Amino acid sequence: MMATHNVRGDEGNVREGEVRDEGRTTSGPPPLTDATREKAREIMARYPRGRERSALLPMLHLVQSEQGYITPEGIAFCAEMLGITKAQVAAVSTFYTMFKRRPTGDWLVSVCTNTMCGVLGGDKIYKTLSEYLGVGHDETTPDGKITLEHTECLAACDYAPVMTVNYEFFDRMDPDSALEVVQRLQNGERPTPTRGARLCTFREISRQLAGWADDREGAVGEGRAGEPTLAGNRLAERYGISVAGFDPSTPIRKAADAAEKGGSK
Amino acid sequence: MTAPSQRALSRLTPVLTKRWLSPDAWRLDVYERLDGYTALRKALAAHPDDLIQLVKDSGLRGRGGAGFPTGLKWSFIPQDGKPHYLVVNADEGEPGTCKDLPLMMADPHSLVEGIIISAYAIRANNAFIYIRGEAVHAARRLRHAVNEAYAAGYLGKNILGSGFDLDLVVHSGAGAYICGEETALLDSLEGYRGQPRLKPPFPATHGLYGGPTVVNNVETICSIPYLVLGGAEWWRSMGTEKSPGPKIYSISGRVVNPGQYECSLGTTLRDLLELAGGMQPGHQLRFWTPGGSSTPLLTEEHLDLPLDFDSVAAAGSMLGTTAVQVFSDKDCPVYAAYRWIMFYAHESCGKCTPCREGNYWMVQVLRRILSGKGSHADLDLLLDACDNLLGRSFCALGDGATSCVTSSIKYFKQDYLDYIEGRKAPLLSPNEADLVGAH
Ligand SMILES: Cc1cc2nc3c(=O)[nH]c(=O)nc-3n(C[C@H](O)[C@H](O)[C@H](O)COP(=O)(O)O)c2cc1C
Ligand code: SF4
Ligand code: FES
Repeated sequence: MMATHNVRGDEGNVREGEVRDEGRTTSGPPPLTDATREKAREIMARYPRGRERSALLPMLHLVQSEQGYITPEGIAFCAEMLGITKAQVAAVSTFYTMFKRRPTGDWLVSVCTNTMCGVLGGDKIYKTLSEYLGVGHDETTPDGKITLEHTECLAACDYAPVMTVNYEFFDRMDPDSALEVVQRLQNGERPTPTRGARLCTFREISRQLAGWADDREGAVGEGRAGEPTLAGNRLAERYGISVAGFDPSTPIRKAADAAEKGGSK
Repeated sequence: MTAPSQRALSRLTPVLTKRWLSPDAWRLDVYERLDGYTALRKALAAHPDDLIQLVKDSGLRGRGGAGFPTGLKWSFIPQDGKPHYLVVNADEGEPGTCKDLPLMMADPHSLVEGIIISAYAIRANNAFIYIRGEAVHAARRLRHAVNEAYAAGYLGKNILGSGFDLDLVVHSGAGAYICGEETALLDSLEGYRGQPRLKPPFPATHGLYGGPTVVNNVETICSIPYLVLGGAEWWRSMGTEKSPGPKIYSISGRVVNPGQYECSLGTTLRDLLELAGGMQPGHQLRFWTPGGSSTPLLTEEHLDLPLDFDSVAAAGSMLGTTAVQVFSDKDCPVYAAYRWIMFYAHESCGKCTPCREGNYWMVQVLRRILSGKGSHADLDLLLDACDNLLGRSFCALGDGATSCVTSSIKYFKQDYLDYIEGRKAPLLSPNEADLVGAH
């Protein structure tokens, strides 16, 4: 339900001290440590000197990689590292959909319900999963394992309808195959995505979002392009089509030459 | 499946997508075996100004949606000794658009190579790829490619002994469509909320960190190495005079083989449909977007419209990102507009009133119509809201939002009237915010 204007930035004007931890549970997330600080400094070093604030988005991904969501502690941490106020950090973190305000499950299941996926079955898939899990948009199952959300177009409409688990794609889904993916996650299995690498947890993928390479052996090579990606190429190959006249040694015209020839163009 | 005609097949121009058929082209050694980084060597031997002239001569126009001439954009960068920046827009999020992610996934080094050449041409020593947060699969390949390129001496100090230095950072976003708008992107990259800046000044003079900045789309930058190798005349052998070159058309929806089809600019929907195996059995073409949800809908009467920048504009729409979303007689244009407006309402950054309020109210009105409670005045209300948005919003997100509403009312007013006058069963229950597109 849209009780309020659901635009970005409604919650942006958070005043200091107003940042509440909606998701405080008895166990709570592990605290941020000196090692986190070290990683934050590594992120800051990627940007030109004096421009360290550019590190804020990756640093918020880093907070999620350790704590599973944007905690008040994480907001204070980023503020301290960057020398800005907590309100400034909160104004940014609440603007972006991928920064979660409540504890997120190990498995973030995102179902695309933008128009194309929606009409091809995405709306049904979302409904099916929502009913099965007993949670709505941006909610987590009571055991803390699975968070469900519906998302906007994921730039994979040629594979519609799609869903992702921790942002890895499961293509051309239907309610049954989507349900199977979720049930396998509940059984402790890790179903293989259609494209992209094998699954890792929400915290692990957040580490990659913070800018570090995937250090799992072979992961970068996993996930071949599917047929829709290759569709045009396959036709060109089958019918022997290529672009004529390509000569890689074609000289690059020099301004000096052009001037000599009377400056054509 | 019937074979496509010779005419349709002759539209295919595999250039940027060609390496996709080699499954390991993401690896540096394979990329190099497939002629990778030869364009860089050639470019570094040329004068930067000659490269800018080459891009101008080619007529290359930006592939991110607006079609601005790339060489002209590069020539706006003042050569005054201030640090310059190159920022690649990899935020792909315009509904329907799905070309940049597969490109970076299958051939990440071609983007890295294009970046090095482009940065050399505009004299930038710092470059950034702002990639959509959700695109972890493509970001993984890119980060790997960037690390490989550093290790091989293609990035860093004194690249291939040329004296040119370049640092390249892959920066993941965090889920906000508006960050694809170039000035919002820059704010986001600087660590702020992604909200558009007032233009002018344009990024070419006041961009990232206030410095001269070129922002280009992934496909634009990936075109550069081929242009450097093949030359401007060869590039112009494809496409039309004012829209030269190849273009990746992304076809989705009710066709037999949805997917990526790289064709000469100016290819028609009729030819694209043939290439994609035709409409799915039992489906008849009803409406389609030429370039994403921000481009006004077209219909069957536009089957033979050449899909290049100027022809599509002349037909009252926009080429946009060549995201061709195909809908059939089984799909409802009113529901499509409703769902897209929900998208714009959600993605509105909230900075300006016409967009923040207008989209919110249009969602309510469209929902009312789809739940059988609409009135004739609602159509005027929608058009009025669009009138207050188009040309009056702070950035192009607001303009784009009106496209699906005005064009669906233009071509499919009867569908609206059928809900309003009770000839069509309501698609939504009055109090339900549910999604009900599937059938
Ligand atoms: C709301 C909005 C979203 C946009 N999203 C993208 C995007 O995801 N990728 C992109 O390249 N351009 C996007 N653009 C266009 C950019 O503002 C800009 O024109 C483009 O990146 C310039 O690159 P080009 O000249 O190579 O096309 C968007 C524009 C708007 C208004
Ligand atoms: S048009 Fe919409 S997205 Fe653009 S500045 Fe205004 S509120 Fe923000
Ligand atoms: S609409 Fe779902 S990926 Fe585009």
